[in-house]
Amino acid sequence: MAAALNRALADALDADERVLVFGEDVGPLGGVFRVTDGLAARFGERRVFDTPLAESGIVGTAIGMALNGMRPVVEMQFDAFAYPAFEQITSHLAKMRNRTRGAVELPVVVRIPYGGGIGGVEHHCDSSEAYYTHTPGLRVVTPGTPDDAYALLRDAVECPDPVIFLEPKRHYWTRGDVPLGRSSLGMDRALVRRPGRDVTLIAYGSMVSTALETAEAAAEEGWDVEVVDLRSLTPFDDATVTESVRRTGRAVVVHEASGFGGYGAEVAARLTERCFHHLHAPILRVTGFDVPYPPPMLEEHHLPSVDRVLDAVARLQWDDEVVRSGVGA
Amino acid sequence: MSSPEQWTRPEPDAGPAATAARPTAEQVIAGLRATDEGGADLVQLLTPEGERVQHPDFDIDVTAEELRGLYRDMVLVRRVDREANALQRKGQLGIWVPLLGQEAAQIGAGRAMRPTDMAFPSYREHGIAWCRGIPPTDLLGIFRGTDHGTWDPLEKRFHPYTIVIGNQVLNAAGYAMGQKFDGAVGDDDGEATICFFGDGATSQGDVHEGFVWGAVYDAPLVFFCQNNQWAISEPTERQSRLPLYQRARGYGFPGIRVDGNDVLATLAVTRWALDECRNGNGPVLIEAFTYRMDAHTTSDDPTRYRLSDELEMWKLKDPIERVKVHLVKQQWADAAYFEGVEAEADVLAAELRDFCVAMPEPPAQRIFSGVYAEASPVLDAQRDEFLDYVSGFAGGEH
Repeated sequence: MAAALNRALADALDADERVLVFGEDVGPLGGVFRVTDGLAARFGERRVFDTPLAESGIVGTAIGMALNGMRPVVEMQFDAFAYPAFEQITSHLAKMRNRTRGAVELPVVVRIPYGGGIGGVEHHCDSSEAYYTHTPGLRVVTPGTPDDAYALLRDAVECPDPVIFLEPKRHYWTRGDVPLGRSSLGMDRALVRRPGRDVTLIAYGSMVSTALETAEAAAEEGWDVEVVDLRSLTPFDDATVTESVRRTGRAVVVHEASGFGGYGAEVAARLTERCFHHLHAPILRVTGFDVPYPPPMLEEHHLPSVDRVLDAVARLQWDDEVVRSGVGA
Repeated sequence: MSSPEQWTRPEPDAGPAATAARPTAEQVIAGLRATDEGGADLVQLLTPEGERVQHPDFDIDVTAEELRGLYRDMVLVRRVDREANALQRKGQLGIWVPLLGQEAAQIGAGRAMRPTDMAFPSYREHGIAWCRGIPPTDLLGIFRGTDHGTWDPLEKRFHPYTIVIGNQVLNAAGYAMGQKFDGAVGDDDGEATICFFGDGATSQGDVHEGFVWGAVYDAPLVFFCQNNQWAISEPTERQSRLPLYQRARGYGFPGIRVDGNDVLATLAVTRWALDECRNGNGPVLIEAFTYRMDAHTTSDDPTRYRLSDELEMWKLKDPIERVKVHLVKQQWADAAYFEGVEAEADVLAAELRDFCVAMPEPPAQRIFSGVYAEASPVLDAQRDEFLDYVSGFAGGEH
């Protein structure tokens, strides 16, 4: 996935000379995850450059550059390192269009490696998506696969709105085929990664692969599981998700972030509002616990696993069900 | 300004993005210049060749025993550092943050502190931890991944390591303001706070705010910046146009650049600065001019961004070697003494190793503890549900 993101940045830099890439250690080092590897050498230090260590400065100056006609793609080194930039993001980046009655747009992409699963120390494993999805004016997207990493990042760079681009860092080393053409899907659409009839697993970022593995395991137990990869957290693709859940009548939302006040709460609430009469069971969430992100040796307990998601699937009131398509269990 | 013509066009035959950019000639020259001698204002009491020199403003009388003690401290923390680095390489630690090369800066500052002083580290301050009486084995939890922190910060008067760059500077400013509000400042028996951060951190807003707050409240706070020349891959020139110690003037307090590889000079300057603070004349900025001889962390590969020439140059300024030479010249230590310290280091390293490999796995339910002062019904229910779920596996129900 890191290579797909690297290629997307290179192609975006190539396609539009207004595109700039900057952040901490993104130049000669190529970023701590090597996502910007080779870009400074290829495109020069005026277009790909290291900044002082100040995240508010990185986003604040990106806003200024965007005002001046450029298209900055900036990197926050880790999820929790982005918080110093929070004010620039929420008060200025998100609101400029609204404040200027649409006169000013800020096509800025803020790339943020997020989530755990890599044994990272404190402040390196946060899932901070809900802070951004709760901020009107921002688009928030997150790829679950290498091909989507390429497609979404190309779309994000061309987007006229500011985009918070969340990269599931545990998948930086995940391999996959990456078509280099532009996707016709667009940035805002959810994608049914696996069709199924009995239950819809709704996931994004790192949890897409967990949901797909769960679907495999569930199939052995007789459940036909559909997996929806949200891709775009803001805007939310009501049409795709609602259609799926009305069809299956059951849903589980999965994310790494803590559950209380998390993104899954919004998904569950929307689906309840729109699908209530189609539901056979309450919508469940499988999330990180409501605790600070634990140290590396304990993170496996915190992160939703195939077993925990499967456990939730099993709790969806199957005993009263008459339309269940599978056998066994 | 935004005319596309102004942007550098890619070379037509540029290869694929597969290799790191090599540093440009300008970067090399700038880097070597920046890490040369530290300039005319550098406070030094012991040259890299082990010669004792005088300084008009800062001097210190040390006995043979005291200097041997500083030497021993540096050798032991270096051995701890190297052993921990090796433990990471063997898979026993998830990550390690090497202090190699910064022993004098840390032991000099750490030994300048009194037990009543408070310290706020970043994450490389293993030498300061040593001086605060924290056993090296207590450092391992964070890096093995069993804990976020293992010592009691108020008991040890040593704040937890702060990993996000520069955040602790404001916390230190607040602590120091509290010392002042409590009337614990104003004479030789007063208290002081010292805060550690790096050259990269000086760009962070929190650090500037810390300077402002420390200044306008006359806080008894020593800002101790270890300028080790590199913020991961970025040289100090990316953070500042002028030497970092000169920034203090703009905030209205003294800034001193000390040879951070000279334990005597660092001890003298830091002791003076802490005394200024405890007497009510703070804050003070100290820039300890030093060098990170190893990687940023064990995850980092410095060969991608800096030249080995630079490291070779700094090896000639090794903080430990110059003290050893001086001790020998003064006939303050003999071969038996040095062998004794090495033997002690061997024991310390063995203890660290043995402790590390025997560290138990932390219990899963620990993730639910220490979140709130009082029991939270929501969280307690979550924990109980989780433990039920886990015990289901033990019972073979899944």
